[in-house]
Amino acid sequence: MKKNIISFSILTIIYFLIKILLDIGIIDSYLQLNIFLIGINIILAVGLNLITGFTGQFSLGHAAFMSIGAYTSAVFTAKLGQPFIVSILVSGVIAAFAGILIGIPTLRLKGDYLAIATLGFGEIVRIIALNIDYIGGAIGFNDIPQYTNWTWIFMITVATVFLIKHFINSYHGRACIAIREDEIAAEAMGINTTFYKVLAFAIGAFFAGVAGSLYANYFYFIKPDSFGFMKSIDILVIVVFGGMGSIEGSILGAILLSIISLFLQGIPELRMVVYSVVLFAIMVYKPAGLLGKGEFKLWKKGAKRNVSIESK
Amino acid sequence: MEQLLQQLINGISLGSIYALIALGYTMVYGIINLINFAHGDIYMIGAYVGFALTTFLGLGFFPSLLISMLVCSILGMIIEKVAYKPIRNSTRIAALITAISVSLFLEYTMVYFVKPDTRTFPEVLQNKILTLFNGKIIIDLKNIYIILITVLLMAGLQYVVHKTKVGKAMRAVSLDKDAAELMGVDVNKTISYTFAIGSSLAGAAGVLVGVYYNTINPLMGVVPGLKAFVAAVLGGIGIIPGAVFGGFFLGMTETLVSAYGGSVFKDAVAFSILIIVLLIKPNGLLGKTIKEKV
Repeated sequence: MKKNIISFSILTIIYFLIKILLDIGIIDSYLQLNIFLIGINIILAVGLNLITGFTGQFSLGHAAFMSIGAYTSAVFTAKLGQPFIVSILVSGVIAAFAGILIGIPTLRLKGDYLAIATLGFGEIVRIIALNIDYIGGAIGFNDIPQYTNWTWIFMITVATVFLIKHFINSYHGRACIAIREDEIAAEAMGINTTFYKVLAFAIGAFFAGVAGSLYANYFYFIKPDSFGFMKSIDILVIVVFGGMGSIEGSILGAILLSIISLFLQGIPELRMVVYSVVLFAIMVYKPAGLLGKGEFKLWKKGAKRNVSIESK
Repeated sequence: MEQLLQQLINGISLGSIYALIALGYTMVYGIINLINFAHGDIYMIGAYVGFALTTFLGLGFFPSLLISMLVCSILGMIIEKVAYKPIRNSTRIAALITAISVSLFLEYTMVYFVKPDTRTFPEVLQNKILTLFNGKIIIDLKNIYIILITVLLMAGLQYVVHKTKVGKAMRAVSLDKDAAELMGVDVNKTISYTFAIGSSLAGAAGVLVGVYYNTINPLMGVVPGLKAFVAAVLGGIGIIPGAVFGGFFLGMTETLVSAYGGSVFKDAVAFSILIIVLLIKPNGLLGKTIKEKV
């Protein structure tokens, strides 16, 4: 109980602090953009962490769900004139539906093969979006109303983290972790592996869709190439950088990587080169990510750590 | 009928380029189980080496092809030693991300040094056109060159893998690394050789593409890299004839799809075929199904 009160007050303080700084203009629009992107990246990374980190299903097509959400939201707000909350929910639901649709056949594949299939799926979504004139095709979708503000970003980010954290600690979440540790053993224990894999996939896709919706209604311009292979890699890098199977790690990863790329803006020609070297160094020296599988415990002394076998 | 034949010839030359890149993918995957995302970028560097040799040194086609293959094989060995050796025992996902970081490093280092602009590859082969069947089929001589060189390189690879000691060691390591080591095979050396051979094929493909399409740019390796990878998976990753089959199959499908009106969807078709094949035969069209042990 005490723990909940502390986290609630910390979150409230963060919310109002940034809100006031934004309102009186201390945070300029460039910094604001980065803060909003951190929020969107946290939603994406936490969702992917459920799929890849906790359930152990290797997905390289997460940006595709984000793009489905972004386009749905763009159509609902710009073309159909629906309120923002409706389009956020619809985006999430449609992305989750896409997740189920692609998950049922492909989740039979394992490891590298699943990665390849999801990569192919992501490319297919991108190419289809490129060729539909209704949503702008290769030129992109223009004039999306800018509804996303700090309150939306903050509330949805907190809600995502809260929901996924509770999912993982529930009966169903433990089933997902069991699948990651040993699929055959989990099945032998009576866990319906297909159901849980698809469930994790659908939840991850739902939040990716929501993130896409926030993204589209913040930038009022989207194009299919923003959600390509590289975007999926970016999200995966956040998850791996922070630590697979650690929610706090994903949050930390999203913040740190945004800060790194903020500093690299100063040297645009070498930005990607430095980025790749940083990535390489992390993989060689800290392959389990910053926080590994351990959860970050601020106020529980001597808490039990999650001990699990490093699965290859 | 004529159009179909014409397209098949174009498809075979495109397919042979995919096949050359796919061979490198498949060999590396077969030996260390790593999807070498940087392979497409080695192909790009091959094209640039060929470009530099023909433009600045004025070398002919064949010398630049050979030198470019040599440079790429050295580059492949360096990448293996520097980047992939330290992560050989880490998790799958760490290995994959390392490969992606190497790929980004090669791409953007090249962007930094040669600028992101597209460059025109010089005409090193005489532009001769053969007409067959009273001018109904037109074949550019470049097509013949590409197909012949690819076939020669594949025959060479077949010889190396099946008749030489290095090839024997490669097959042994890909079958069982530990057992091969116990039998006195130098595993590190064999992995180096595999990277060298695979990369030299990618380098050759780079020069051939430069000659064929006349343009090169630092990010040209990304899409053909992914396609060649699709080709390798189609045929069954780790299987050398599978990569060749997958490359030609993909090249022909792609040319036929674009010839009959679906050019905007040609990449989508390639990936759809990939997903369908993976679902029906996860080990590729030529792969054997291995039962999983509990």
